[in-house]
Amino acid sequence: MNTPINPGDTAWMLISTSLVLLMTVPGVALFYGGLTKKENVLNTMFMSLIAFALTSIIWVLYGYPLAFGSDLHGLIGNPTNLLMNNININSPTPLAPTIPALIYIGFQLTFAAITIALISGAVVERMKFSAWTAFIIFWISLVYVPVAHWVWGGGFLSQLGALDFAGGTVVHINSGIAALALVYLLGKRKDTRLLPHHLGYSVIGASLLWFGWFGFNAGSALTANGLAASAFLVTNTAAATAMISWIIIDYLKTGKPTLLGAISGAIAGLVAITPAAGFVTVPAAIIIGLITSIFSYLAVSELKAKVGYDDALDVFGIHGVSGLWGSIATGLFAAPFVNELGTGLFYGNPKQLFIQILAVVIVMAYSFTMTLIIGKLLDMTIGLRVSEKEEIEGLDTNLHEETGYRL
Amino acid sequence: MKAIIAIIRPEKLEKVKENLVRVGCYGMTVTEAKGRGRQLGIRESYRGKEYHIDLLPKTRLEIIVNDNKVEEVVDAIVKSAQTGDIGDGKIFILPVEDVIRIRTGERGEKAV
Repeated sequence: MNTPINPGDTAWMLISTSLVLLMTVPGVALFYGGLTKKENVLNTMFMSLIAFALTSIIWVLYGYPLAFGSDLHGLIGNPTNLLMNNININSPTPLAPTIPALIYIGFQLTFAAITIALISGAVVERMKFSAWTAFIIFWISLVYVPVAHWVWGGGFLSQLGALDFAGGTVVHINSGIAALALVYLLGKRKDTRLLPHHLGYSVIGASLLWFGWFGFNAGSALTANGLAASAFLVTNTAAATAMISWIIIDYLKTGKPTLLGAISGAIAGLVAITPAAGFVTVPAAIIIGLITSIFSYLAVSELKAKVGYDDALDVFGIHGVSGLWGSIATGLFAAPFVNELGTGLFYGNPKQLFIQILAVVIVMAYSFTMTLIIGKLLDMTIGLRVSEKEEIEGLDTNLHEETGYRL
Repeated sequence: MKAIIAIIRPEKLEKVKENLVRVGCYGMTVTEAKGRGRQLGIRESYRGKEYHIDLLPKTRLEIIVNDNKVEEVVDAIVKSAQTGDIGDGKIFILPVEDVIRIRTGERGEKAV
């Protein structure tokens, strides 16, 4: 095959892939690690590291072929390239025609890995490490892979016209809802307070997430062109406005701006713009960013307390809720002059909003149900939760025979 | 001889040490401590939720002095550790029965 591989695109996608890797390790690991109690810092970071390693193996064995292989009945990919067999190192894939397929595979791998790593934030401080590793294998195989196929790999949701530029549905709603299902099975921690032991880690982690997110969103253009530049700029704009919006809400509610609020807002903004990044204008990004903090703030400070679920680090409140808003906002703000593939309600296509809502509802229902089934089966076999003694003394020494600090 | 135990703000330690040297008080034992006073700690706010933190980081100084130096040392600590805000700490003065310098075996006031 005579391939039109473009060196510029290839270089950009190598960088983007590395940037998305940086989001999980060390981004999520530090962000979550700083928010937990000091007795659990290593276990929390370890959950992200093992998520990346296990997903990396699953992806090259069978994950990628099933998610992105040629479509079978709209449901799953045809696994003709198991173990990366029959993929020429210089050939592109139809989904990314100007870069080698192997880079596209690597890029998608990092998305799968961060999605499962994000879920860990909900279950930290009480989940068995063995159960977590088993959960990673089953969840990536049975939830992430099919959902990625439906939305991105040519499955029924992409055939319907659902828009998800960089993972609002596949990554953020998917992980947020799975987090909710898993904490429902696990139950509350003995001490449910969020008292970060090292907020400085979290600031570094969140900053690395912001940095890596440019690979996540601008990389999703799959080329180094104007669309990538547009995605880059709206991503940064939404993050910045959402940060400011959260700070204002904090100030109005408590009289003081908080740093955790600021970084939570930035991440909520990054999440919300993710599905829309390749479809919307800068003014739309400002609106998306400003509004998303309100939704996420209400979810973490009001909804969580009212319903009583123990989502330790607010994975549902930030990723689930902001992902939901971002996916719906894509149906509202998608501008055909930014990307001809998307025309939203405000540009005369109300059908797009309906498709977005339908896609979101289907993914939420599937992710929640499947996560419950996987979690329940694990609970009945190896058990999901650590013993009371282990939880009170901390997971680092009890599960890993290590301690984060020797002072 | 008296033992002066002072619970102070950690950030005031350097100034307290300086002023103690000025009044001729050199020896001390310092420990990191946690504690609370009548106000029962402080409030912290994380993601819109308020938490009450009742044990705050403090610094604990132990100083043994001869009786004639007590007021001078206490005065130096108060002057250098005081901010006027809640949480400045407390000083306790206890009688000491005997002091032994391990290196020489000296006892009593000579060993202070």
